[in-house]
Amino acid sequence: MTTNAVARASAQLSEQALLEMFWIMLLSRRLDERAWALHRQGKIAFHISGMGHEAAQVGAAFTLNRGIDYVHPYYRDLALMLALGITPTDFMMSLFAKKGEYSSGARQMPSHFGYKPLNVVSGSAPVATQVPQAAGLAFAIKYRQQTGLVDPQDATQPRVAFTSLGEGSTSQGEWHEGMNWAGVHKLPLVCLVQNNIYAISVPVASQMAVANVADRAAAYGVTGVVVDGNDVLAVYDVMTEAVERAYNGGGATLVEAKTYRPVPHSSDDDDRSYRTREEVEAWKEKGPINRFRRTLEAEGILTPEILEDYEIRARAEVDHAQANAEAAPYPEGEDALGDVYAPADEVQP
Amino acid sequence: MTQMTLIDALRLAMDEELARDPRVFITGEDVGVRGGVFRATQGLHEKYGGARIVDSPLAELSIVAIGIGAALADLRPICEIQFADFIHPAFNQIVNEAAKMYYRSNGQWRVPLVIRAPYGGGISGGLYHSQSVEAFFTHVPGLKVVIPSTPYDAKGLLKSAVRDPNPVLFFEPKKGYRAIKGDVPSDEYTVPLGPARVARAGRDLSVFAYGMMAYYTEIAAEKVAREDGIDAEVIDLRTLLPLDKETILNSVKKTGKALVVYEDNRTMGFGAEVAALLADEGFETLDAPVKRLAAPDVPSVPFSPPMQEYFMPNPDTIAAAIRDLAGY
Repeated sequence: MTTNAVARASAQLSEQALLEMFWIMLLSRRLDERAWALHRQGKIAFHISGMGHEAAQVGAAFTLNRGIDYVHPYYRDLALMLALGITPTDFMMSLFAKKGEYSSGARQMPSHFGYKPLNVVSGSAPVATQVPQAAGLAFAIKYRQQTGLVDPQDATQPRVAFTSLGEGSTSQGEWHEGMNWAGVHKLPLVCLVQNNIYAISVPVASQMAVANVADRAAAYGVTGVVVDGNDVLAVYDVMTEAVERAYNGGGATLVEAKTYRPVPHSSDDDDRSYRTREEVEAWKEKGPINRFRRTLEAEGILTPEILEDYEIRARAEVDHAQANAEAAPYPEGEDALGDVYAPADEVQP
Repeated sequence: MTQMTLIDALRLAMDEELARDPRVFITGEDVGVRGGVFRATQGLHEKYGGARIVDSPLAELSIVAIGIGAALADLRPICEIQFADFIHPAFNQIVNEAAKMYYRSNGQWRVPLVIRAPYGGGISGGLYHSQSVEAFFTHVPGLKVVIPSTPYDAKGLLKSAVRDPNPVLFFEPKKGYRAIKGDVPSDEYTVPLGPARVARAGRDLSVFAYGMMAYYTEIAAEKVAREDGIDAEVIDLRTLLPLDKETILNSVKKTGKALVVYEDNRTMGFGAEVAALLADEGFETLDAPVKRLAAPDVPSVPFSPPMQEYFMPNPDTIAAAIRDLAGY
């Protein structure tokens, strides 16, 4: 790292941690690319991509107490989910809608992430619904601490609720109401807006009249930060501060990671109707994986041998995951009928 | 046994559940020092403090969404929507989120949430303080919908709702908050969600109702027994979702005639489901058409007293409908 980066949290990351971050970003990209190919081959019904967002997501994930802090993600958070602990096979099982799929038993479309063992809440498709719920998760954290049910310093308990969404979703009233609670009650919430400039086809200038989503933080009485979402270490730095603020009773943070979606919104979208190929190509060069690769190469951390090994491993893992999912059976039709109501607790507290 | 009003019984249920389980908390507009605009939470802020009795911002969807998030984190929120008329901004959170969470997570995440809301007309509340909204939510699998009509049931059902692992919409007949009085035991008890209550056993016909209309129907049944010698069976449905089909079908098997009374708009109201159930599974037990007595199909309850009175069924119009059906 450069000398003026010493005060940065990311400067404390070990070479092993840096390589792990790079590995997850690369694995996510290769898995995502395979999903597009599978859709074009007619093997899967739907894919919604997280390409271009890997730095924002992996930079964020590495600042959390993974598996313990609450996460309420959105549909682009593939790299985030891999960093939290789902496997390529888990994701492929979602793409192929196979029996035992980890998040919903294949009731939901792919990328509607959620996994209780990792404290990742199941998400829906109407955007921003997760934000006031994440404020509710943060409210519960603070409630347990205030009423003496848990020790605020106990790292085996959730101490922050993290949620993410796109910039278009911040036009929703649900986002506003969630942020307002976070401010009024000084909640341990981190809201990561992955601003990729387009909500399907609608550019950010048609969503809001201010330059940055984070500018709105002041109106809620929370901290707002803009960060280069293609710089994984910059995201890690601001997210570290945000998470520490939440852990220490300092309230919520709105982090806006500026990035770009270099692919269509989903497998059902055609982005040629709303932006030029030149624009997309220019962004690809600036993309987060190329950028982090160059940084790690310049530092001598990522060697050509390691990179080649990673590419081989990524391909093997994606192949293996695809084979697992293709071989797995579908759910039974009657599986549609389960899990409408939770059974009562056997023992009342 | 203590005589108390419906709202006193509701408050007692919340008080007992707050004392029993430290995960129970209340949020909503004016629920704190004000004790709620109807006084449902009066005294609870003083007793349990601001960390557990939480005044919300004036924003209904967030009241529900905060409750969902807290319930996901295994707290036991009781969310108050000040009037059922104001629940509509939270519709997405209730229908797309709370109701679907357990299903969409393959049973991983559950939402043990209670949403209380006063509903119904007759208090000069006009279009926006009088609505009956139960039919929107009884259409949604994953929700439970409960409407008490007696203080005993109000307390016992609300305690069950707090302990239920699913989202429960608990609609309270606000006209009955102080008008309906009854005995409530001082001992701990709950009333299970699901079973209907035979409020009055009878032989001649069955009347199905809930909330304020169940209270009125009991009055009407006594009136026709006294004046006309008609022996009406009154079934207080209490839980609309899941519906106690067995009690409905068994009652009509005995009486052969069915009337459904509800103060919601007639078309696509809850009475339609009861009528469909009887047509489908009780056809051979029927001796008469299934009748509905409900409010007219106008957008809501008008303010001016004559129009308000015209809108709502009352003991006299219910008695008239019972006589008509008995004479079929």
